[in-house]
This record gives sequence, C-alpha cells and structure tokens, in this order.
Amino acid sequence: MIDVLIGLAPVLVAAVAVFRWYALKQIVVCLACCLLAEAIFSAMRRRAMSLGDFSAAVTGMILAFSLPPSAPWYVGAVGSFAAIGLGKCAFGGLGQNIFNPAMVGRAFVMICFASAMGASAYVIPGASLDVVTQATPLTAAKSAGGAGPDWSMLWPLFVGNVNGSVGETSALACLLGGLYLCFRRAAKWEIPLAMLATVATVAGLGDWLGPRHPLSVLHHLTGGAVMLGAFFIATDPVSSPLTSGGRWFFGAGVGALVMLMRAYSGYPEGVMFSVLLMNALTPLINRATIPRPLGGSHRAIPSQTTNGAP
Amino acid sequence: MSKHIGQGDGPAPLERLINGILPENPVYRQILGICPTLAVSNSMESAMTMAGAVAFVLLGSNLVVSLIRGLLKPHLRILVFTLTIATFVTIADRFLAAYMHEMSRKLGPYVPLIIVNCIIIARCEVCAAKQSVFTAAADAIGQSLGFALAMATIATVRELLGFGTWFGLAVMPKAWPAWVVMILPPGAFLALGLLMGAVNWIAAAWAAKSAGGGEEAKKA
Repeated sequence: MIDVLIGLAPVLVAAVAVFRWYALKQIVVCLACCLLAEAIFSAMRRRAMSLGDFSAAVTGMILAFSLPPSAPWYVGAVGSFAAIGLGKCAFGGLGQNIFNPAMVGRAFVMICFASAMGASAYVIPGASLDVVTQATPLTAAKSAGGAGPDWSMLWPLFVGNVNGSVGETSALACLLGGLYLCFRRAAKWEIPLAMLATVATVAGLGDWLGPRHPLSVLHHLTGGAVMLGAFFIATDPVSSPLTSGGRWFFGAGVGALVMLMRAYSGYPEGVMFSVLLMNALTPLINRATIPRPLGGSHRAIPSQTTNGAP
Repeated sequence: MSKHIGQGDGPAPLERLINGILPENPVYRQILGICPTLAVSNSMESAMTMAGAVAFVLLGSNLVVSLIRGLLKPHLRILVFTLTIATFVTIADRFLAAYMHEMSRKLGPYVPLIIVNCIIIARCEVCAAKQSVFTAAADAIGQSLGFALAMATIATVRELLGFGTWFGLAVMPKAWPAWVVMILPPGAFLALGLLMGAVNWIAAAWAAKSAGGGEEAKKA
C-alpha cells in the first residue's frame, strides 16, 4: 500500500496548490481520524495493530480527496469512522470488505450531511481563493444550455485549476500518480483503461449525436472525478475483480455508470455510486470469470467459503 | 401438539419473564419482529408507542391462547392464534386512532401489521399453547419488556444522532449536525446491526467471564 501513497503524492501536491488550507484541513482531519479509527477498531477486535499496512492511510487520503473543500471538520471525521468501521472492520478487516471503504465513508456523509456535500456546498462565496467562488465545471455544465463546449476550460481542467472535490480537479496529477501505480503494478492497468475507454466511447457517441452539449469527450475525461476514480478508487485491490477479464468488465461498468449518472441523474457526478455498485457486482464477476486450469476440461468449482472467488 | 403436556413442563414463570428481557430478547437474540423494529424506530415516541401496542397484543393473545389451550387442534392452531392476535390488534389500532391520532397516522400500516409480527405468534406457539395462564402472562411481560428494551436502544441511537433529540427534547448541543442517514431506512439497519453486534460482544464477554470464573472456583 506504500506505493499507493507514493502514487497519491502528485494528487496531494495538486490539491494543496489549488485549494491551499481547504485541502490541508480535509487531508489532516481524514488522515488522523482514519488512523485513529483503525487503531481503536483493531484494539477492540484484539488484533495486532494494523496501521503498518498503510491501508487506513490510503483510505483517509482518498476520502479526503473526494470531499468538497468547504466541508466542515465533522464531515471528514464521521466519514473516516464510517469508512474504517462500517466499510472495513465490520466485514472483518482488510481483505474482507466488499465495498471500497473510502467510498462507503463518502456515501455515508453524503446522505448524512447532504447540505455539506451537495453541489452548492462546493461554492464558498467571498472566499479569498478564487477557485472556490465558482460552481464546479460539471455543475455549471448541467445548468448551461446548448452553448457548445467551452474549449478554454480544457487546460484548467487538465492541470486542475478549477473547483471540485479536493483531489479530483487535476487530471494531470491523477494521471502521473496513476501511471506510477500501474507501472509498479500496485493497481491493475485493465480497470483504468477500460473505464476511461468506456467514458470516452460514451461521451464520443454523445458528441456525435448532440454536438451542442457543453461537455465534449475531453471535458468528460478531464473533468470531475473520472481520473481520480479510474486510477485510485476503482482499482482498490480488495473490492475489484481478480481476473483480467473481470477487471475489463468492472472498469467498463464503472465508466458506463458514471456517464449514465452524469447525463441523467440529479447529481453532477457519479463516480462514488458507480464504484460502489460495481463493487457489489464483484463477487458475481469473479464467479463468472473463474479461469480454466491448464489441461482442465471445466472451470474450477467455486468454494462457498471464499465468497465465490476462485 | 400439546394439550396432554402437563402443568409442570417448560420453564417456570419467573424464568420466562427474565429470559424474555435479555437472554432470549426477541430482537437481539431471536431476531424476530424486525419489520416494526426497523420501520418505526427513528424516534423514541413512535418506538415506545409501538412497544406498548405490541405489549398489549402479546399479553392479550398469550392469555387467551393459554386459556383455550385445551381446545386447540394441532392443524388449526396457527389459524386460532392469528384470529386471536388480529382481534387484539384491531382493538389496539382503533384505540390509537381514537386517542392518539397523530401517532396513529405516523405509525401508518405498522400497527395493523402487528398481526403478522412473529414475536407474538412465536410466543403463542412456544409458551401460551403449552403452559398455564400465569406462565403465559409472565412470558408475555418478559418478551414485551425485551422488545421495548430493544426498541428503546435503537430509537435512542437513531433519534439522538438523526435529530439531536430524545423523546422530542433537545439533548445534543445546538450546533449538532443532524445525521440524516440515521433517520432514513439505512440508519435503521446500521443501528440494529451495530447494536446487535454490541449485544453479542457483551454476551460473549460475560460467557467467557463466567466460564473463567467457574474454572477458577474449581481450582480454588
């Protein structure tokens, strides 16, 4: 998991560069609360202290990166305890959880504190930082009519100088850290590739059918949490499928659901719900893609005790 | 069935009463009556009204079933239980509608649904159809207290976190951010699951303690 932390470093730098104290506050709160929660829950379960595997630190970082910069401190704190407690320890600890813990935490606070997490929470009127005084690009695009894509937005979206969740704005930083992860094989390359390809395909179809939409393919790829989600959230090794074919299907499913939610749901972005939904399908995907043993005539029979995983 | 079973069989009245509260708690240990537990436990007021209604129906039907246990035919007993329960549920439902109209509207279909509450059918089957009126009454009281305890604990957690109040009185500080999820159905599942885990944890700790204590006593 230390590789994931190294991969998250560029995202951290971008987040602090864009949001300054807002980003630092979320990261410190989430990191501290996640580590504290992990320590408390491993003490309660009388297990060896599991802080050394860095999984709690990774969860804390990803949770912080997915929060709005303006979120009050208790959002991060409650989200961290929900992520570690409900998302991971309730299932039996690292390796047993069926959902991505950070996204469980975010979903919990999203429903708990809707006013601190919704689209309007991203805008802080009168803040000294210019970025956070405007609506996020995806929210703005939801309300903009058929004005066509705004090509001047593309460069800020790529480097990250726009409003959004703390760590999602810079596609460049996510790409750098994500490629490092794939290169180190800490993340499986099939998931981000399948997810980005699906987003591009669906967005491309949309471009072709309705060229006046404010978001083009490139806007969809660089905006919102697609890059962060593709490289850091969907690739969680515990809650994503085990086989190569399964990972292609998983990534494509996340990408398709993201585009579905961006286009038709009330939310401007849908990476969290997409990842959680596909996490729920992971045991089924694993069961459907059990590899055939070399020389074997049929697929290995799934054992009931391993949740369908081969 | 059991009309030939004599008076002396089965646990004694006091044992029935105590068992119902914690050792055989209907929600935490038997996992019965989960539907009303999840549905109306987002405030203490509705939870306690539901617990009261269930207590009335349980006591009434346990008494009646115990009184007529000599007449029960094995293949018709569930039908008789259901009819008895339905009678008392109708009384409870009409009473709530007449005297606690707001609460009756708030509880909605969950009062009529007490008819199919498994706690009551289970108690008729397990205790009232086999044991004396006195034991059946003690059993009903114990199980009702157990159900009320479970409802109270879940509703306390949900109302405190979700509204910052308890029985409608502000408890939490003014700045308390309401945890909306705890009022919604997911909050019911989370609160029930976590509290059930806590109860099991405490029970396991007690069991280990008493087992350890017994061994130490033997050594001494």
